[in-house]
Amino acid sequence: MRAGIKGIAWLGLAAWATIGTALAAEVNLYTTREPGLIKPLLDAYTARTGTTVNTVFVEKGLAERVAAEGARGKADVLMTVDIGNLIELVDRDLAQAVRSPTLEAAIPATLRDADGRWFALSMRARVAYAAKDLKDQKGLTYESLADPSWKGGLCLRSGQHPYNTALVAHYLVRHGAEATETWLKGLKANLARKPAGGDRDVARDILADTCKIGLANSYYVGLMRSGKGGPEQKTWGDGIGVLLPTFLGGGTHVNVSGAVVAKTAPNRDEAVKLLEYLVSNEAQGLYAQGNYEYPVKAGAPVDPLLADLGPLTIDTTPLVEIARNRKAASLLLDKVGFDN
Amino acid sequence: MTGAATALDAEDGTLPRAAGRTARVPLRTLAWTLGALALAVLVLSPIASLVLAAAQGDGTLWPHLLAHVLPQAVAETGLLLAGVGVLVVVLGTGAAWLVSAYAFPGRRWLEAALLLPMAVPTYIVAYAYLDLLHPIGPVQTALREALGYARPRDFVLPELRSLPGCILLLGFVLYPYVYLPTRALFLMQAANLIEAGRMLGRTPSSVFLRVALPLARPAIALGASLALMEALNDIGAAEFLGVRTLTVQVYATWVNRSDLAGAAQIALVMLVAVLALVAVERRARRGRGFSGTAQRPRDLARRRLRGWRAASALALGLVPVAIGFLIPASYLLRAAIARITRVGWPASILPEIGQTVLYAGLATALAAGLGFLVAAGPRLLPGRLGPGLLRLTGLGYALPGAILAIGLLAPLAWADMALSEALTRLFGSAPALIGLGTGGALVIAYLIRFLAVATGTCEAGLARIPESLPDAGRMLGRGPAATLARVQWPLARPAVLSGALLVFVDCVKELPATLLLRPLNVETLATHLYGEAARGTYEDGTVAALLIVLVGLVPVLVLMRLGTRREAATARP
Repeated sequence: MRAGIKGIAWLGLAAWATIGTALAAEVNLYTTREPGLIKPLLDAYTARTGTTVNTVFVEKGLAERVAAEGARGKADVLMTVDIGNLIELVDRDLAQAVRSPTLEAAIPATLRDADGRWFALSMRARVAYAAKDLKDQKGLTYESLADPSWKGGLCLRSGQHPYNTALVAHYLVRHGAEATETWLKGLKANLARKPAGGDRDVARDILADTCKIGLANSYYVGLMRSGKGGPEQKTWGDGIGVLLPTFLGGGTHVNVSGAVVAKTAPNRDEAVKLLEYLVSNEAQGLYAQGNYEYPVKAGAPVDPLLADLGPLTIDTTPLVEIARNRKAASLLLDKVGFDN
Repeated sequence: MTGAATALDAEDGTLPRAAGRTARVPLRTLAWTLGALALAVLVLSPIASLVLAAAQGDGTLWPHLLAHVLPQAVAETGLLLAGVGVLVVVLGTGAAWLVSAYAFPGRRWLEAALLLPMAVPTYIVAYAYLDLLHPIGPVQTALREALGYARPRDFVLPELRSLPGCILLLGFVLYPYVYLPTRALFLMQAANLIEAGRMLGRTPSSVFLRVALPLARPAIALGASLALMEALNDIGAAEFLGVRTLTVQVYATWVNRSDLAGAAQIALVMLVAVLALVAVERRARRGRGFSGTAQRPRDLARRRLRGWRAASALALGLVPVAIGFLIPASYLLRAAIARITRVGWPASILPEIGQTVLYAGLATALAAGLGFLVAAGPRLLPGRLGPGLLRLTGLGYALPGAILAIGLLAPLAWADMALSEALTRLFGSAPALIGLGTGGALVIAYLIRFLAVATGTCEAGLARIPESLPDAGRMLGRGPAATLARVQWPLARPAVLSGALLVFVDCVKELPATLLLRPLNVETLATHLYGEAARGTYEDGTVAALLIVLVGLVPVLVLMRLGTRREAATARP
């Protein structure tokens, strides 16, 4: 009798724990990337290999959740955007070192950890959206956006958004704290409106004549101009010019999306296989065409809408350096009251 | 009291059971107190883990905050709360009075419609309004054409992405939190006094100001505090509209600086400030009786309006419905139809509806039941310990959702660990995680977060029950629990139901805890919508947004039907 009750309780617990899991090969992906962005890639992977990819989109607190789940957690692959977030996963000891000739061959050394604890999978540039009636802005630099000539002409989203914070961190690495503070004050003085909204609002506000120029991510250009976001956004995308600014004497600020294999991955081999697929020609093509991101793999095709923006010269500042300065950048943004 | 009960027992022919009773009462009290303790521990566990997280910090953050962040963030938060507070009280109380004190064609319909705005997540309303009101959006474009202006630069309406814009938006979306309890109060309890005021020749405005408004104060205070908590903890709308509230700073500290300790410190300081404000309000209300008479609660005799008066009453009542719901919802509907015709119906939507209703429903049932017990607790628990513990169970609502969810991770992990050890000892092995990453975690998170909503509404309902009724129950020899079940529960049921409705809608909309805690392969309508909104294609999520509204609407209609049935029953002589 007692054994019977025990058995039933055990069965119940086992059923509770296995709900939603399948018996075939599977891999569990915890991602801060929106489902709509990665679903085509994962569907293609499942179609090719038969491996089930279980996903959960955790936007904020990915590191905290994986840390709390601990050794019995289900996470195999942790996928995120922004180099700062990737490094945080490594710093919190949530990633494990992976040796994979496939990954090492496909991803340039600057876009992955030397010890194989993080890998970039795609890139995005922080570009300038500009009014079409502006005179030629060839050679535009990030530095020059603080010139008083742009007064009342600049639109940005919150400085405390990771996309902007990473750019400020990059500036810190190149120019140091004092120059960055001056630059931020200059930018702030040029703002046409409070930092608000999202990146695409820069395009919309330029069309509304609220401002002349602003910074935003490159893939939104593809999303808007392709009409994938609907006819209204196509008007916004087509209504602006897009420039690839650089640092003075350097290249364009680029951030990455990437992934790590979780330290406690229950399906470690499957996790590595998934990462290897994500740098295959097929998957890198999907990143480019579906999401308008720059592929990390040399020679992988760039979507024509992105290629139209001109050749991308990536600044050589190591990503890890940028990540290390993220906190200082965030504090500096507070100090100059950038978002106020 | 005890004497009277004993006398009644004796009259009944039974022997006084004074001795037996003194033995039983402490046991019963002990059981209730232990229950209260368990609930308090559950609700406090995430806060305790946040306190631990905060203690990991070295405090070096504060000079920076004091110098560069807090002056502006505190001012902006204060202005936001003041503005939203005034707006929700004016709109909520005004609307409740309109549909309770006057009869006009369309009133029944309006009564339900006034609840609609709370079914739409605030950040989605913000997105929709920016689309509509942007200088190149349809409204300003049409205005420019009508007025003969060629370029956006020549004619621009005030910027929505501003503090006043945020106040207006949140006020028109959150006023139902005031409207719902205040209307229930006008309906149930205030009728006699209001009619007395009328008979004594007071003008309608004087009846409203001198009688109805003071009577409604507990309901207004409750509703306003819920609405303000929502406004304070809002992140999506505030961030999008460029308002730098304290909550936005908590997120910046956590997300951008990977400084959870610092974020927890700010959040806990905010929590203390909120508690202080709540305590001040309670103290100001203390000592005033708000309960009614022992007569059957009945409907207020409504003043019938005709002609242009009726039309303007309806029009006036429709203003908040239109701004808070009809305009943004019809915009969403248009986007949803465009989306469905372009790419079809989202395939995953049916299971998402199921998951949403399942988790929200479970949490609502738990919250409503426990909320009633917590509200009734002080009547069952002598002394100060029990009621004090119960007061603590409302704390979950006073923290930003994501911070609460982060705080819940450690207790869930600890419970998992303890359970696994116990199971291993019993059976030799243990299954995978049972708390973390399962639906159970979601239900617990919702319960902790929204218990205060259920409790508050039940408290307002119980406060309206005249003391004489439970006293009568006790005199007739019923124990406190039986009196609760036979007297207070039936009388407070409308209040419990409105509390459950609020909790359900809140759970359906809940985003940050759902995002962080849900199991693999589970999406709810709210996470689906956010997944699209976050990558800048919120139009693709509009189908989910409308379904959130629909799923939130069903309980509104149920509640209204129940209300109508009761009204019909009371109308009978």
